[in-house]
Parts: sequence; structure tokens; C-alpha cells
Amino acid sequence: MINLAGRDILHSCGKFVLTGMGLGLLIGVTLTMAGVYRGMVDDAKVLLTNSGADLWVVQKDTQGPYAESSSIKDDIYRQILGLAGVARAANVTYLTMQVRHGNKDERTMVVGFEPDQPGEPGYLVAGRRLVRGHYEAIADVKTGFRLGDQIRIRRHDYEVVGLTRRMVSSGGDPMVFIPLKDAQEAQFLKDNDAIIGDRARTAANPALNRPGVPGLLDAINASQSSNRNVNAVLVRVAAGTAPDSVAREIRRWKHLEAYTRAQMEDILIAKLIATAAKQIGMFLVILVIVSAAIVAFIIYTMTLGKIREIAVLKLIGTHNRTIASMILQQAMGLGLIGFVVGKIAATLWAPAFPKFVLLEPADAISGFVIVMVVCALASTLAIHAALKIDPATAIGG
Amino acid sequence: MNKGIHIEGLSKRYGTGDTAVDALKDVNMSVAPGEVVGLVGPSGSGKTTLLKCLGAVIEPTRGRMTLGGEVIYEQGWKIPDLRSLRRDRIGFVFQAPYLIPFLDVTDNVALLPMLAGRPNRESRARALELLQALDVAHRARAQTAELSGGEQQRVSIARALANRPPVILADEPTAPLDSERALAVMRILNQMASQYQTAIIVVTHDEKIIPTFKRIYHIRDGRTVEEAGEGREI
Repeated sequence: MINLAGRDILHSCGKFVLTGMGLGLLIGVTLTMAGVYRGMVDDAKVLLTNSGADLWVVQKDTQGPYAESSSIKDDIYRQILGLAGVARAANVTYLTMQVRHGNKDERTMVVGFEPDQPGEPGYLVAGRRLVRGHYEAIADVKTGFRLGDQIRIRRHDYEVVGLTRRMVSSGGDPMVFIPLKDAQEAQFLKDNDAIIGDRARTAANPALNRPGVPGLLDAINASQSSNRNVNAVLVRVAAGTAPDSVAREIRRWKHLEAYTRAQMEDILIAKLIATAAKQIGMFLVILVIVSAAIVAFIIYTMTLGKIREIAVLKLIGTHNRTIASMILQQAMGLGLIGFVVGKIAATLWAPAFPKFVLLEPADAISGFVIVMVVCALASTLAIHAALKIDPATAIGG
Repeated sequence: MNKGIHIEGLSKRYGTGDTAVDALKDVNMSVAPGEVVGLVGPSGSGKTTLLKCLGAVIEPTRGRMTLGGEVIYEQGWKIPDLRSLRRDRIGFVFQAPYLIPFLDVTDNVALLPMLAGRPNRESRARALELLQALDVAHRARAQTAELSGGEQQRVSIARALANRPPVILADEPTAPLDSERALAVMRILNQMASQYQTAIIVVTHDEKIIPTFKRIYHIRDGRTVEEAGEGREI
């Protein structure tokens, strides 16, 4: 038996391909939206993986350092190192800011870390690690910096000595790694004018500037302009130690909050990007509905354009199932063309997106199944119309 | 008459009660195998309704209809699968050829045997045989849109003959054609009727071809009157 749908598709190849391409672009957008969500989740996981920590110790009653601001003293890590089961502990700072790159600003997350400690970038794709205590930086390639470039952060210039890859914040901003001390200064130290102003205000305060207490004013000024804070302490537990038990100890005895990897994932994925995920989910649902409506209208219109042929086919004895199958196959064919075009389009344009778009094979398979199901459902309208065509319309006027 | 098509007292009523319309009233008609008869009448006389009843597309209200010697209608259809009846035992030729545009000429003809479950190879062989008989075999691989009007009509005749039906119903098959081509189509229908022993009923108002019928059924207000035609040689 002749495949009527195949013949019709071949006969109207140009129309089918163009329609399929239009649908494909829509499917490409849908796949890309799914990829944006996957990219956000992956960014969050990569952030946690790259930090190299088993526990994140942050300010009490906060969900820092990524979801909320957290500020703790930089000597706390010593107390944590003293706990049983802790192998390593290191201070880190995270600050999302605009850094100067030539004549333009780059939005980055500036990370302060200590060499050879958790928080250091896991690998480099070019250059070397930081060896000087100040004014050197390692940048993610997505920042656009190259080896030898100068980065302006606050008042200082940093030379890019190393490049890394896939080091991004939960928001997808590429990271720039600088020495912890520099990062603390960049994050917490005030500018000169503010320091002078603060000193003047302190000197004018009789409670802080007592004539009978020499050295008090200097001590207060020194305290105000010094910087002893970090955002978190990253902890690596000893082999065989459950991170949960160490986290419990830290919460109990140190009056700090400690999150395990699973808890941190929950904060980043279930809470931090939950609204964005819902937004994307809504958009995906709308795109699926729009795609279904478009396929339904296209197939319906194509079927109405063949009323006379369908009437003739029915008159000469073609079974309803053959006609329904023809329309269904055309809808599926359209969906197949659309999916292939959409997948290619999404693959081509995904790298051009400023944030990471992760096109997972599993999503592509799910997308293909959904497209086919949507096309099958969308064809029911046209099948219903075709089956209602009276074969008698082929005879007479 | 055992073969061909034979109808007795066929009536068709549309609607019920005060709004009922009797489109056919006790129509009688017989067409023998190999015979071509004309069915003529003014618009609204019931030609199309009769054709639809004969084509098992609409159900008559009463009467009796035999096809190829078998009763197919008598107080209801006697054949449960009217679709198969139309496919295997009735050929249709329309005013416009209504060929399937996405099939080539051969497959337009071969589609019917294929729908009847015959193998593709056998169906295409049958199609080519008919296309040769109708002198369009040289366009066998052409798309239907590439054919002239006359060629398309010949292909549609081939399609009607594809399953060797005992009867062909032709609905104004010459309407869009000029005199020469109209007469050519009639010549072909007569040849095919004779060659394949098919009874052919041609519904027409076409004055050019009416003189070619040996027998004509005039239909007026739902009733038929049989008269002899001129039977002019084509």
C-alpha cells in the first residue's frame, strides 16, 4: 500500500520544510529555555563542586554565602580546625561586582581565597596559580580576560596570571579569584574619604575621644579601618567522617551555621533559583501550548485544503483509519522536521548565550517525545474534520 | 436482467413531515454490461440524488437495487460494508477529474486495487494496462498537475476501471471539455464499456454528447422516463 502521508509530504516538500522550520525555531526556543534552567542548576552545582568543600560555615541564622550575605571573623577557621573530623578549613570571600576591563565593565564574582586551601580554582586552562600575596588574579575565560590583562578592582589593578573554566556564581557570573587579603580589602575596606570622615566623627565624639585615656582614639580608628571579616569558612572533613556530624558540632559549639553539600544544593537549587525555575517552567508550558496550537492550526488548515481529495478517497473506499493515519503521520512528520530543526538551532545558538545553556540529551529525548505527543494530539482536530467530510461532496455540486 | 445495474421503484425522501421532499419517486432503471446510458434532466430534477443512491453514498428510502446480479438494496442495504462496495464494485468519474495531486498517474490508478488489498506490483501492472488502453501510458510517471484536462479525465476513467467494477457512474465527465475532447471521452467510455463489459451511467446536460447515447433516461421531478437515443457514431 502506498504511504499517502509520505507522498503528500514529498509532493509539498517545500511547504512542509518551511512550516517545519518555523515550528522548529519555536521548538528550539523551548529546548533552549529548558537548557537555561539546566544551566542554572548546573552553575549552582559547579559552584559547590569547584569550592572543594564538604561544609560551608557561615554567619548564624543566615543561608550564606551565596544565597544571603554572611559575615564572620577570619579567625574562626582556627577554632573549626580544632574540631574532630575536620581535615581542612579556609576562609573565603565572595563579592559580586563590576570589574573594569579596558573601557568596559564586566560583571563578575570576585572570590578571595587562600592558596592550597578549599576555595582555590580546581584547575587552570592557561597560566599559573597565584604565587604572590597581592595583586594577582585568576579569571574564568568567560570574563573575556586574557593572560597579562589588568583588572581594576576597587582601587587596585590585578594582573591576570591564570585562566580557568566553568567557575561561575549561582547567578552565572564568571569568577575572578584574588588573594584573600586583597578580597577582604575590596569587600570591606572603605575608601580614603570615608575613612577620614569616620575618623573626624570619632574624634568629635567625647565618649570615644577622652582626654584622660591616651591611645583610645587611635585604637578605635585602627579597629574601624582594619578588616577581619570573611563570608564563609570552607571545611573539608577527614576521610571516614560524616559531614553531618561535623556540621552538628559546629552549630552546637561555635554558634555558627554549617551546611552540608546536600543542604547547600537545596538552598541554591530549591530556594535561590526556585522563582526563576518557576518562571521558566511557566514559559515552557506556554511554549508547548503555543506549539500545539500552531501544529493543530497548520494540520487543520492543510486538511481543509484537501477536502475534495479526502472526499474522493472516502468515496473510492479508503478506510477512515487510512485517512486518519495519513493526517497523523503528517503531523508527526511536521513534528519530526520541527524537532530536528529546533535541536540544531538550539545547539547552534546556545553557546552565544551570555549564561551557560546546558542541553541535556535526556531533555532532548523528553522534548522529542513531548513534540510527538503534542503533534499527535494536535492532529486530532484535523482528523475529526477529515472524518466528518461526506464522500457525497465528491459527487455533484 | 442479472448483470449490470438494475433498480426498481427507488425512492428517496429528504426530511420528514411537512418539510419532507421527495427527490426520487419510484425510479426504474436498467443498464446492461457493456452499455452506456445517459441520465439527463434539468437542475434540481434528482440526477445527483440518483447518482448518490446508485453510488451507495446515501441510502434510498425504498426500492430495490441489484448490482452485478446481487441485490444490494432492498428495504435497507444488503451489503454491510458500503465502503468496500464502492471500492470494488462501483467506479466513479467526476466532472473534474479529482485526481490525488500527491500521487503520480500510475499510483492514482493503482491506489484502488491497493486499497482492495492487492499487492503493489499487481496493482501497478493493472494501472499500466489501463493507462495503455486509454492511451496515456506515456504519462505514467507524470504528476497529475502536468497533464492536460483530457489526459486527466482519461486517468480518472482508468481509476474508475481499476477494480473491474460492474458499473461506472460518470457525473458530467465532459462538462469542462470542448466538443472534440468531450466526444473523445465518450468514445473512450463506450470502448471501455464494451472492452470490460461495464455498465456506464453518464449524468450530463451536455448537448454535444446527448446524441451519442443509444438509451437515455430523462429525469424530471424525481421520476425517470426512458427513451431511445440517437446512438450517433462518434
